[in-house]
Parts: sequence; C-alpha cells; structure tokens
Amino acid sequence: MMIDADLPLWLATLIALCLLVGAALSLTGSIGLLRLKTFFERIHSPTLATSYGTAGVVLASILYFSALQSRLVVHELLIGLFVTLTTPVTLMVLARAVLHRDRYGDKTRAPGDERRSTTKR
Amino acid sequence: MTRYLPFPLLSLGLMVIWLLMNQTLAPAHILLGATLGVIGGRLLHKLQLPPTGFKRPVAAARLAARVFADIARSNVAVARIILLPKTRNASSGFVDISLRMRSPYGLACLACIITAAPGTCWVDYDPNKNLLRIHVLDLIDEQAWKATVTHRYETLLMEIFE
Repeated sequence: MMIDADLPLWLATLIALCLLVGAALSLTGSIGLLRLKTFFERIHSPTLATSYGTAGVVLASILYFSALQSRLVVHELLIGLFVTLTTPVTLMVLARAVLHRDRYGDKTRAPGDERRSTTKR
Repeated sequence: MTRYLPFPLLSLGLMVIWLLMNQTLAPAHILLGATLGVIGGRLLHKLQLPPTGFKRPVAAARLAARVFADIARSNVAVARIILLPKTRNASSGFVDISLRMRSPYGLACLACIITAAPGTCWVDYDPNKNLLRIHVLDLIDEQAWKATVTHRYETLLMEIFE
C-alpha cells in the first residue's frame, strides 16, 4: 500500500503513535516471555500483546484505512473481539495443565500448598 | 419467535460479524448472515443452556469502561516489571478469593476480565466452595486484590447477571 501524502500531519502522527504503542507492548510481552523466571509469571506477559498491543495496532489500522478510503472501516474490531475471547481460554487451559502437573507430578509442590510457585521449566 | 430465535441477541451478533467480515450490506449477504444467525442460535439452543438473565446494559457499559481503564493501568505495570526488573519490589503468588456470584455467565465474564488484564490470571475455581484462585504477578497486598475483584467486578457482574 502506497503512503498517502494527503493524510494530515496530526492524523499521521496519531496513527504512528497507536502503531508504535501497540508494537512496543507486543515486543515487551515477548521479552517478558524470555525474562520472567517461572511459568506462572510468564503466563502474564503475552497478555500485553493480546490486550492493548492488539488494540493499538487495530486502532491504527482503523484510523488509517478509514482516512484513506473516506469511509468507516471497522472490521478490524473483529480481530480484537476474537483475540479477547480466545486468549483467556488458552491461558486457562495452560494454567490448569500446569496446576495439574504440579499437583500430581512427582517433582514440584502443588501451588495450593505453597504461597509461591516453585514451578521451573 | 422463541422457537426460531431462542437467542435473538446472539443471532443478531452473528449476522453483524458476518457483515463486518465481508464488509458489505448487500441483500444477499444480509440473508446469508441472517441464516447463519438463526442456525447458530438453534445450535446453541440444543445445548440447553440456562437463560443468561442479562438485564442491565447500563451496568454492563460501566463495567466495560472500568475494565478498559484497569487493563490500561496493568499494561503499564506489567511492562515496567518486564523492562525494569530491578525496580520490582514484590514477588508473584496466588490469591484465593471467596465469591458470592453463582451465575455461570458472570463467572465466565469474570474469567475473561481477570485473564485479559495483564498481571492477573484465573487459575482455578472450586464450584463447591465457590472459591476462586488467581495468580498475580505483582503481589504486594493480598487483601487489596480480593477487594478489587469482589468490589470492582463481582458486584457489577452480579447486578448484570443475577
């Protein structure tokens, strides 16, 4: 897609800002996956990308294409809807699987017996 | 009406999603989307779900605004923990919260809210004791988290669904 020179500066700045914030949050979420130490800590970091990381990029896309085509382009909202509805399911399945492993596995303690998770992977 | 559209809101939602995905308002697509909505509603009817009891749209809007604000705040908090790990002064842990809400739809909404917000994750729920266990990344004050979940979310969700 060619960059439209007719886009007013304030709008272009706003779009760039949304895009950068979204991208930065997604990147931070990925860094968190590397940096955080235990499974239950790591489970929090992808939600950065799936909450306002996605929202930023979706908002930028809505603004850009609405301005470019001079009509309201909002089907990107569906991405936000589907991501918001599916992420909790995935994360909960993962969390419960680890809970089960900790409870009935042979090495680690159950999180219910300890305030802090000792899960290592 | 109830026979063909047991879940009118859901059927309407399915049609709107179909039209949005195709980015059109052509009569053929409206017809196709409506068919999809009717089929979806009837399939869901076959599952024999309890009625949602959804009745307070204003409360739902207030809850949505609250959740959007909270997610923004926790985005910043979690990003800071990841990028500046040295400034972190608390460790993560589990919090057990005893709930009053019983509505399965309310619980599902609560699960989505807690998990969608960075920094908190729904881990386990015991329906016998109505006890919820969440994992919190930045656990400074356990009582504060209990109060947040019960006062900020649960009361509004009970207003909406019960």
